[in-house]
Amino acid sequence: MQEKLLELKNLKTHFQTERGVVTAVNGVSFTVHSGETVGVVGESGCGKSVTAESILRLLDEKSTRYEGEILYKGKNLLDFSISKMQEIRGNDISMIFQDPMSSLNPVYSVGNQIVESILLHQKCSKKEAYSRAIEMLRLTGIPSPEKRVHEYPHELSGGMRQRVMIAMALSCQPRLLIADEPTTALDVTTQAQILDLINELKLSYNMGTVMITHDLGVVAEVCTRVVVMYLGQVIEEANVEMLFKSPCHPYTRGLLKSIPKLTGDRLEKLHVIEGKVPTLHQVPKGCRFAPRCEFASQKCIEQMPELIEEESGHKVRCWHFKEIIGTGEGHYVNTSS
Amino acid sequence: MKGYILKRLLSLIPVLMVVSVVVFLIIHMTPGDPASVILGPEASPREVAELREQLGLNLPLYQQFANWFIGIVQGDLGYSYFMSESVLEAFVSHLGPTFSLAVLAQVFAIILAIPLGVIAARRRGSVVDQSFMGLSLVGISVPSFLLGLFLILLFAVELKWLPVAGYKPLSNGVFLHLRYLVLPAIALGAMQAALIARMTRSSMLDILNANYIKTARSKGVKEKMIVYKHALRNAFIPILTVIGQTFGTLVAGAAVVETVFNIPGIGQLIVNSVERRDFAVIQGTIMLVAISYVMINLIIDLLYGVIDPRVRLSRK
Ligand SMILES: Nc1ncnc2c1ncn2[C@@H]1O[C@H](COP(=O)(O)OP(=O)(O)OP(=O)(O)O)[C@@H](O)[C@H]1O
Ligand SMILES: [Mg+2]
Repeated sequence: MQEKLLELKNLKTHFQTERGVVTAVNGVSFTVHSGETVGVVGESGCGKSVTAESILRLLDEKSTRYEGEILYKGKNLLDFSISKMQEIRGNDISMIFQDPMSSLNPVYSVGNQIVESILLHQKCSKKEAYSRAIEMLRLTGIPSPEKRVHEYPHELSGGMRQRVMIAMALSCQPRLLIADEPTTALDVTTQAQILDLINELKLSYNMGTVMITHDLGVVAEVCTRVVVMYLGQVIEEANVEMLFKSPCHPYTRGLLKSIPKLTGDRLEKLHVIEGKVPTLHQVPKGCRFAPRCEFASQKCIEQMPELIEEESGHKVRCWHFKEIIGTGEGHYVNTSS
Repeated sequence: MKGYILKRLLSLIPVLMVVSVVVFLIIHMTPGDPASVILGPEASPREVAELREQLGLNLPLYQQFANWFIGIVQGDLGYSYFMSESVLEAFVSHLGPTFSLAVLAQVFAIILAIPLGVIAARRRGSVVDQSFMGLSLVGISVPSFLLGLFLILLFAVELKWLPVAGYKPLSNGVFLHLRYLVLPAIALGAMQAALIARMTRSSMLDILNANYIKTARSKGVKEKMIVYKHALRNAFIPILTVIGQTFGTLVAGAAVVETVFNIPGIGQLIVNSVERRDFAVIQGTIMLVAISYVMINLIIDLLYGVIDPRVRLSRK
């Protein structure tokens, strides 16, 4: 068994806003082992980025309050001082962000930014750091890295910048990588290359990875386990095969149904989950998905279901999942095809 | 880069032509005859007419302008009959105090305003922020002569820490030089400081929310370095614009402050020359001030390139 790297236990993230306190992440728990890639999926606004940034406590200190536990190698990061956190960030746990266009500082060369990371966490000379930066850039597949290292972000394409971000994130060989939609802003070919790259590096460093995405294709490709989020809560968690083969939660089923299929009747309209995600200011009292759920009963509207372990390693938050599976609509996507 | 500077210097020519026409016309349309001022009230009309002839004031306006303009192009700004020296000499001998005053005021403004703006941004909404911003409003709205008088009253008359007025050149020693310039520099720089502080604050607030700041935090960069390395350099671009734009106000304000503190600078030279109807000096000095204004802005534009690599690239 691989080492347990990260364990979120009932993590809650509250924001102080002008309209009162909102809880963007509400009791999220999952575990990441080294060498494992855990996918976090869900619609826009469900709290994926807030979860990711909570792990490194990157959210605005003044307006944010965390609850629960973020255990890294058994120690709760929420108890760490800021300077202790700064030692962890970029060294033990690194992060790659959604938008490579705006995630690099425009006034410093990419080399300067990678070197900064190295010098922060490793005892070495500036020169050594530079050659390490060049090596990292080469590793991420950037051609003529000796030249690129002196270039500025605006001189690089989006794909190149994301490679730079990866080089920077991995420059200190972190144990855990958090990738927040690393490929969303890129074209399909570049997307595939970047995913391959992350996968490769993950293997060679035996890193644990949290892969945040709203693209189930990405999940199928790189993840071992998946956490499905809805409105700040985990509503289903399973390993990839299980999730694609027998999704339990109506929301997960909806998500899977909305992937375009290449086989069968292509004229069939894509499935759309009806309704809109409610805002954080008007969270439903019972099951959060109930207002949009075709199976919702009175119980769903009144009482919030707990996340229960349906079978080993498969958790779901739904009152009626057994009946729903019973309807025989279990197999939406055939992963083996 | 050299091409860019050359282009900018060439663009000086039309600017100076417009300035020269405007200055010339304004001066020659104001009432008052230099010849009679030079000769004093006792002079006979014949003497006045003779001097007018000598000064070329009887020529048609366009010809006077042409003579003057040809002179400028040849590098001759004219001659002051009052001071019995060339306009250039007069300008140079008055430049020192103004230069010292302007530089000191600008330095004071920047050194004070940027940290205040940064602190206000980092603690936005707090009492500190609100009091800094309130103070900056005062800085913007109090005219420099009033502030100057107040400073004199407090630090020179009451506390007797600093001299009331006057000027000692650098040759008398740095300390004495500065002693005389502290109060005028504060009076002159207060408004600059207020404007720069406000811009620093809003620009920093913007930048501190940028994605690359989050990236820097995620790398483990210390908060101080985030603010001063990652954010401030980006925030400096609009700050530099404010500095450039308000430099004109600074030069204009220098004339007022020089009068209040009795500093023999360019401002005083211009004011005195206007009183004497010393056309050559007024025209020449204003031309030189215009040239330095354009040059300062050129330097500031070049600084953009130093701070921001994107600007550098587009100029190659
Ligand atoms: N600083 C904040 N203050 C208040 N609310 C916030 C703050 N940051 C995020 N939120 C809210 O938290 C919710 C979750 O946002 P989050 O960015 O995590 O979504 P996401 O799942 O990453 O979506 P996307 O796929 O669009 O990136 C949103 O409703 C958002 O409005
Ligand atoms: Mg997000």
